[in-house]
Amino acid sequence: MRSLYAIYRKEMGHYFVSPIAYVVVSLFLLLSGFFFRLHLNDAIEQSLQAEMQGMRFGMQQPFDAPTWILRAFLGLLALVILFFLPMLTMGVYAEERKRGTIELLMTSPIREIHIVLGKFFASLTLFGAMLLPTAGYVFYVFLHSDPAPPLRIVFAGYLGVLLFGGSLLALGSFLSSLTENQIIAAALTFGAFLLLWAIDFGSRGTGSITGQVVQYLSVINHFDDFTRGIIDTSGVVYYVSFIVLFIFLTVRSVDSMRWRRA
Amino acid sequence: MIEVQNLTKAYGPVTAVDHVSFTVNKGEILGFLGPNGAGKTTTMRILTGFMPATSGTARIAGFDVFQDSMEVRRHIGYLPETPPLYPDMTVEAYLDFVLRIKNVPAEKRRDRITDALEKTNLTDKRTQLIKRLSRGYKQRVGLAQALVHDPGVIILDEPTVGLDPKQIIEVRHLIKNLAGNHTIILSTHILPEVSMTCDRVVIINKGKIAAVDTPQNLTAQLKGGQKIHIDVQAPEKPLRELLAQIPGASRAEVSTARADGHVTATVEASPGKDIRSQIAAKIVERGWPLYELHGISLSLEDIFLELTTDEEAHAQPAN
Repeated sequence: MRSLYAIYRKEMGHYFVSPIAYVVVSLFLLLSGFFFRLHLNDAIEQSLQAEMQGMRFGMQQPFDAPTWILRAFLGLLALVILFFLPMLTMGVYAEERKRGTIELLMTSPIREIHIVLGKFFASLTLFGAMLLPTAGYVFYVFLHSDPAPPLRIVFAGYLGVLLFGGSLLALGSFLSSLTENQIIAAALTFGAFLLLWAIDFGSRGTGSITGQVVQYLSVINHFDDFTRGIIDTSGVVYYVSFIVLFIFLTVRSVDSMRWRRA
Repeated sequence: MIEVQNLTKAYGPVTAVDHVSFTVNKGEILGFLGPNGAGKTTTMRILTGFMPATSGTARIAGFDVFQDSMEVRRHIGYLPETPPLYPDMTVEAYLDFVLRIKNVPAEKRRDRITDALEKTNLTDKRTQLIKRLSRGYKQRVGLAQALVHDPGVIILDEPTVGLDPKQIIEVRHLIKNLAGNHTIILSTHILPEVSMTCDRVVIINKGKIAAVDTPQNLTAQLKGGQKIHIDVQAPEKPLRELLAQIPGASRAEVSTARADGHVTATVEASPGKDIRSQIAAKIVERGWPLYELHGISLSLEDIFLELTTDEEAHAQPAN
């Protein structure tokens, strides 16, 4: 446990001493802020439209702008992190291999699983730190809405983003352990993210068994429930098993470096 | 302290280490000598538990490097060929991290760091970022990393590579001081390093051990075929004839006369014979002024070349 913490501490130091954390977090906030603003505009337009339609055709379903904004914003976060998380994970193992520091780690009395978990929790912490300031936007929505949107959307939504992001981090770390080239790691990760995100595009609504399987595999599908304020067990199980699977694979991959010819 | 038996490592069809056996006693410095690609790094990586052997066993402090890898790793300090450094850390933070992953308790860390910094002469660099250090200092940080947790066995892969001559002397001095308390294996392809620092030498070539002995014994082994250097003022041809007549001289090379009439010659004696006095007597008999006559003992360098020549273009495993 102590060695796990040592790795965690080292990784956090690496993120925050080097400019990585600052560049990634600030760009992420800039983009998410920009999109939040666009969604606000959208919401205003839509509520105006809803009002006009209501006047023309009599009473209609009222437009719930706060909930709409929150859901759109959470969906947007999930999209933006697809582009940002590969930058956090591309170096985690590739860099250690390139610098030869992996040899130090692997000849120290420390288990591979501690190395992998320490690194995973560090990247997850940075991801959390990245998300934290976006709570400001949510707070802003709450401040200006009456009645306030249900809190469970916020909690379930952020849990969803965290699980979704955690899955991407686990996958990205695994891909980083396969190569000593950071660019290759980043390209693999980005490609894999997009593929998992878009895997069910062709099978939506087909209803066949294969279609259902493919839909279950899509990382983003399970995310939708969370943005509705529903914590669905199948979604949680999906993400947690996804993370566990890739942590396991990373441990195997790190262990296999001993057998490969370096 | 270290027992290696029939250690073999094959990378597919290429055998990098081939049935290597040797032992190192407690407090001894063992030099691992061989040309690049001889299997030095591979052997060291097996000893440190970084990679498993294909067959054979290696034990450090009584623990098998494969079965009790964790125990072994607690007992060793290891400096790989490229020092495993994190450029974004300060020297001090780096050593602290190393101590943490070596499971050294918090209360001992401060002292261990101070001690390691002193031994490697890095005290004034302790708060510097590693990436700002020069090559020589980085190498020293790597060395500090290998000994900071006070391990019983220290394994150093080419510890003096990339250092300037003054630093090399410092590092050799440091290594010599570490012996006694620590058992040390170091690899090198620089010969004087071995004769200066090591108690015993393992010469390894193409994965096989070519010789194991003390540097002195290895040198003595080949002293039989001694060479004698002569500087004499004499005509060339008669000198050649004279040297050829001496019993026990197997071969003589005579240079052409210089402008001042000096001629230098190298005579090779057959093993076990000392012909220096005979040569001197014969030359003086002729009345030629003799300026210089001394035996050239074969250096480790010659032994090394003798044991490891016939280098083919055959691809050797990269180290």
